[in-house]
Amino acid sequence: MQTEKIPITLTVNGKVHSIDVRPNHTLLKVLRDQLGLTGTKECCSLGECGACTVLLDGRSVNSCLVLAAEADGRSVVTVEGLAVGSRLNRLQEAFLEEGAVQCGFCIPGMVMSAQHLLIHNPHPTEEEIKEGLAGNLCRCAGYPRILAAVRAAAEENGR
Amino acid sequence: MIVDTVKQTGWIGKTTKRVGGQERVSGSLQYVGDIHIDGMLHVKLVHLPCGRARIHRIDTTESMKVEGVRCIMTADDLPHPMPRFGPRLKDRPVIAEGETKFFGEPVAAVAAETEDAASQAAALVKVEYERLEGVYTVETALDPNGPLVQDPALRPEDPHKNSNTLEELYYGWGDIETAAADLVVENSYTFPMITHFAIEPHAFIAAPDEDGIRVWSAIQHPFLLQIILADVLKMPIAKVRVIAPDPGGGFGGKGYPKFEPLLAFMALRTGRPVRLALTLEETFQAGRRLAARVKVRSGFNRDGTIVFQDITADYLIGAYADIATRVVEKASYTGCGPYRVPTARIVARALLSHTTPSTAFRGFGVPQMSWAIESQIDAAAKALGLDRVEIRLLNIPKKGEEFIPGDTPCDGEWHESLLKAAEAIRWNSPLPEGRGRGISLGLKISATYASAYSILRLHYDGSASILTGTSDMGQGARTIFSQIVAQELGIDPNQVTVVMGDTSVVPYDTSTSASRSTVVMGTSIYRACQEVKSQIAKLAAETYALNESDVEVGDGVITLPDGQRSFREVMTDQFGSTRGEIIGVGAFVKKKTPGHPLAGKTTFYELSCNAAEVEVDRETGMTLLTNFVVVGDVGKALNPQHVEMQDTGAAIMGLGHSLMEHIILDDDGRIVNLGALDYRIPTIKDIPLEMESLSVENEDGPGPYGSKGTGEGGLLATAAAVGAAINDAAGTEIRDLPLTPERVWRAITDRERAKEK
Repeated sequence: MQTEKIPITLTVNGKVHSIDVRPNHTLLKVLRDQLGLTGTKECCSLGECGACTVLLDGRSVNSCLVLAAEADGRSVVTVEGLAVGSRLNRLQEAFLEEGAVQCGFCIPGMVMSAQHLLIHNPHPTEEEIKEGLAGNLCRCAGYPRILAAVRAAAEENGR
Repeated sequence: MIVDTVKQTGWIGKTTKRVGGQERVSGSLQYVGDIHIDGMLHVKLVHLPCGRARIHRIDTTESMKVEGVRCIMTADDLPHPMPRFGPRLKDRPVIAEGETKFFGEPVAAVAAETEDAASQAAALVKVEYERLEGVYTVETALDPNGPLVQDPALRPEDPHKNSNTLEELYYGWGDIETAAADLVVENSYTFPMITHFAIEPHAFIAAPDEDGIRVWSAIQHPFLLQIILADVLKMPIAKVRVIAPDPGGGFGGKGYPKFEPLLAFMALRTGRPVRLALTLEETFQAGRRLAARVKVRSGFNRDGTIVFQDITADYLIGAYADIATRVVEKASYTGCGPYRVPTARIVARALLSHTTPSTAFRGFGVPQMSWAIESQIDAAAKALGLDRVEIRLLNIPKKGEEFIPGDTPCDGEWHESLLKAAEAIRWNSPLPEGRGRGISLGLKISATYASAYSILRLHYDGSASILTGTSDMGQGARTIFSQIVAQELGIDPNQVTVVMGDTSVVPYDTSTSASRSTVVMGTSIYRACQEVKSQIAKLAAETYALNESDVEVGDGVITLPDGQRSFREVMTDQFGSTRGEIIGVGAFVKKKTPGHPLAGKTTFYELSCNAAEVEVDRETGMTLLTNFVVVGDVGKALNPQHVEMQDTGAAIMGLGHSLMEHIILDDDGRIVNLGALDYRIPTIKDIPLEMESLSVENEDGPGPYGSKGTGEGGLLATAAAVGAAINDAAGTEIRDLPLTPERVWRAITDRERAKEK
């Protein structure tokens, strides 16, 4: 396991990082442990729960299924990259307003999946929202309010 | 004089923004797993691939050679006799000694400089062991010739010590032998093991702290952990500091200590901070809901009145007691549900097995009982040709009526919840082909004893800090408490800071459980507010040289003969540039009642009604939830949005154990469906097409402003409502959970075959 490290360049939330990563380390691990970005959460480590969702070159991925080395030269957006200072983005605001947040552990991943959905489909139907968030588990089961939040944020897209 | 103004306005009954919400959506909230401490070692556990085994030898030679390994802990490295712990019975060893008693029980733990090194070394620990026959079902647990789970020496005084019965209970009233009924319905129901599956897996850190220990844990009851650590480490409570950041979901699964004692010993041995973050698979192996087999014989009169309930409930608990015996005691005590039952016999057993220790889980044993009891009522209604709402209405006690002899009488207009749910689901409207409806009630008792203290600090500028030992694991306790303080002090909730999660800072609270915090800690905080008000009245009299009777205190303002002053003005006038603050202490203490089966009458009842409408696909057995209604008797919804979030969330969680969730064991006691790939919980695509959450608010609860607790109610009777709806749609009679497509399809097919014959 103590093999050679691999040098990579990663752009995270607009900032360029040149770091050395272990070949067996996932993007999730590097984000959390090497870059200190703990907003991205770890739960199942199998790509089933969605807690570690980030955007990789604009696509939503489970960062537990991507090796850090594979992300070399690519651009990552994590939950920390959504707000500007303490000003939340409209989706985050909607999550708060609509009461979508309970324990909060799934929320960073949920918000990232919703962000991806709304970028690619600014006016999703109810079914499309469900499909877009189907890979994100919330055991508090705040799903009805999460749906409402994404709907509210999407409505703002129309203005 | 304190004026108790009528609180129709202000912050109560309003949806205010979640306290801590900003941190949760921005990703800045630190859960235990997000905390980094310099010099921290990483721990990995070593476990065996079977349920029960005798450990012959543990060889750590190869693993010690891995670079970065600092400590490998086995039973030999711990004090003798092995320290044991548990909230009720000190039966759980810090690490397995001689024998593993459940799949996933660690036999060794490795601490290393990196997680990689710890994992590599853990894989190299060689364990010589022998698989032993284990107890994995109710039937083998009860077999007198079967294996014994627990060493009888752990409970020498117990007459059941030579059996797997950890506790046998009997409750009852009336004479069951002579009770005569027009209709007797007798059935057996099963409820499987299920897992909490909080999205945050358990994480722990322990660090030496001068002459004491500091432990971080995602735990619901930090003070219980503090007491248990002090006991196993033989340290004064004051030397044990537990830091409990908001858990990422609890649901009961994070109530009781698990690996914190092990980590504490490792921290003391290495002199370094040590961190253990469980995988989701290990979290499955750390706690679960009790499985149950409930046999019920129910007697009814022809008009539908209940004559008797004769219940035998066998709960399959795990290898150690944890809090499971309390689960059995409380759930079977209300085994007859929210009904007037003239004669009852309830026999309940907690049966040990070589499985994951079972613990508290939202609903605390009630879902298992209500699945049986509510289904019995539906079976009687069918046999007697009665409407399923009417038969329930007939048997619900009136407010003030004692329905469990000697205990708290019915404390709500419970029929209102039933009628509200029936109306919302359009109970009497015609149904399309293939659809069915079900309705059910769930009843749960809350805290029967408690100590909850709070400290309110009114600062110089009129803002306030409230210090409380409750944990906010998603239920929104911080928000509710900020509303109470804001209301009483006449300030905005954003002027209130709620401090939680550090036993060296906040005062004692028994636990965050049993939907108690709004009532129990809420009352404590309300009292702290009154204490602050009474101090400020004295202060105002002193400052302005008045008699105390000339000073009237309202919410945030003081009325004096010459006009009003804000609290802030009074403090400025009193303290000047010296500055200062006012500190109020609140308490809610309900001591144990000797002789009461549960150590006390319940503070309040949590009552909820679920109504379901489903469509069953006869070809596949798939159930589609077309409509679902959850109604809680909440007294007063202090924050309506929070109540809705709790009630719908609980109901959807209940849909999980109703339709899809069950832990499957193989013959060796291993969990076959370990982890997220094979254990399904509801996703956003599984929620009902229509879903409504409603509250009955008669302001008749014992909590602040007439509130009762909520949060568990929504899932108490979900399975029975869904099961009844499926039976209604498909003409089946299913008594085992979960109601998977396969099970429903088989029931439909069996019925059709039986008809053909």
